[in-house]
Amino acid sequence: MSKALNELTIVEAARALRARECTVRELWDACAGAAQAKNPELNAYLELFDADSAAIDAAQRRIDDDGEAAPMLCGIPLAVKDNILIQGRIASAASKMLEGYMATYDATVVRKLKEAGALFLGRTNMDEFAMGSSTEHSAFGHTKNPLDPTRVPGGSSGGSAAAVAAHMCIAALGSDTGGSIRQPASHTGLVGLKPTYGAVSRSGLIALGSSLDQIGPLTKSVEDAHLIFEAIRGEDTLDSTTIPDGLYPLVREEESLRIGVPRHLVEQEGLDPELKSLFDATCARLADASHTLVDIELPTSSSALAAYYVIMPAEVSTNLARLDGIRYGLAGRGAALLDDYLESRSEGFGPETRRRILLGTFVLSSGYIDAYYHKARAARGALRHDYARAFEQCDVIAFPTTTAPAFRFGEKSHDPLSMYLEDVFTVTANLTGMPALSVPMGTVEGLPAGFHLTAPHQGEARLFATARIVEKLPRA
Amino acid sequence: MATTEEVQKLASLARITVGEEELERFTREFDTILGYIGQLDSLALSEKGEERPALRNVMREDGEPHATGKYTKKLTEQFPAREGDALVVKQVISHE
Repeated sequence: MSKALNELTIVEAARALRARECTVRELWDACAGAAQAKNPELNAYLELFDADSAAIDAAQRRIDDDGEAAPMLCGIPLAVKDNILIQGRIASAASKMLEGYMATYDATVVRKLKEAGALFLGRTNMDEFAMGSSTEHSAFGHTKNPLDPTRVPGGSSGGSAAAVAAHMCIAALGSDTGGSIRQPASHTGLVGLKPTYGAVSRSGLIALGSSLDQIGPLTKSVEDAHLIFEAIRGEDTLDSTTIPDGLYPLVREEESLRIGVPRHLVEQEGLDPELKSLFDATCARLADASHTLVDIELPTSSSALAAYYVIMPAEVSTNLARLDGIRYGLAGRGAALLDDYLESRSEGFGPETRRRILLGTFVLSSGYIDAYYHKARAARGALRHDYARAFEQCDVIAFPTTTAPAFRFGEKSHDPLSMYLEDVFTVTANLTGMPALSVPMGTVEGLPAGFHLTAPHQGEARLFATARIVEKLPRA
Repeated sequence: MATTEEVQKLASLARITVGEEELERFTREFDTILGYIGQLDSLALSEKGEERPALRNVMREDGEPHATGKYTKKLTEQFPAREGDALVVKQVISHE
């Protein structure tokens, strides 16, 4: 075999396990070994778990006994973002507030992966409470991009992205509130999926923006993303926002795709010229492969980021109110009960978290709720309407995942607004609830860049089919 | 324009202490961020812009409760201070 075991995709590793080319233990050791060797430099993991021999042996027996009938994820070592609960493990959301918080139950996605026989290598670094686009807002140091250690891996699921890109695991779970799976996937040359809102249970995900959050995969191939999505999706009584199959009109896979491109977004100022030519070249190759490019208009898109930075902080300030130092988490103690709250929250939350809590408190306050929050909700409705109208003319919508390849450390961390602008393309899918995926389209000055695809609600199958086409395109 | 007093007020509403230096920085950043999200103001949206989602019942019948005490130990282990299974907190209403 030419690839090392830890470099395999899920599909390749599952095949190797069934063909007896390796054992589950050998696959685990290869991933855990690479993780131990590279983590001091990259800081992708906040904690590496010891090998769970019982789980490794059980997975091996299942493959031996069931062969092809064993789940594809059986025996596959995965990394999990630090805001997804694994019972008996710390889940800190990379915050001092939850540094010592031990998860009391499994997130639904973790339970499903355990049932499929998947193994967990460790918990990955992230921006604190998933607020950020670089992992620089982690309370436990930033993660480096394995493709260029002077640059950020993206965020907030930057630890998961770095772990997969550096082959410190086979694949990973992240969470995406405004682009936190797709943007790091783009910056590290991976496939990242933000599922339809409600497709995957949020039970056991530490909440950021509850109307926006979804858990999804970061993987080395489109096929792998599809496998993990199928394993974790489904209605869940523990999350009443999960949706049944067929809630939205059926989205068919099409032989010949009509690909909608919002030229007004792609032509905007601030888009890296080389990245733009790469995107245009990718579109041209899709047209050569007998797909049709359609010019579409998404007029409200230009205000999507502004609406997002009202709705998300509003939900943040509400969600994070529960962290008060009383029942769990960091417990500061002062003279009176109010001091207990103040000390716990001031010491426990980092600057970006506090900034967003204040912003959320502001946009929800009585004098401003109409000007900001209600206006943002209206913009969200209009955006959804824009997308619905655009999907009358096309099957998928394409634009670049980010405006430029991965940036250097410190480049944006002192200017919150420039960091927020990292999400300019990705937030729309969270606001509309539609599924979206980033797939590598090539490199810009040696750094990877992602091709971003959006499909109508519950159109993941069409997303995967389209992404597979992009994945197979000849590179320039 | 945000003032330091306004940001201070928000901080106390949000139960956060903000140091003087940070207060000034947050106030400056607030202006930039509010300036950006202020573009929503110029957005001409019809009253119909905010769509009401189609309603479906997501409530389930009450039933199948877990056994009493199943999670008590795990949860109480996270308490910063406790007496038996009770959480210890400061007195909320003072008699003075």
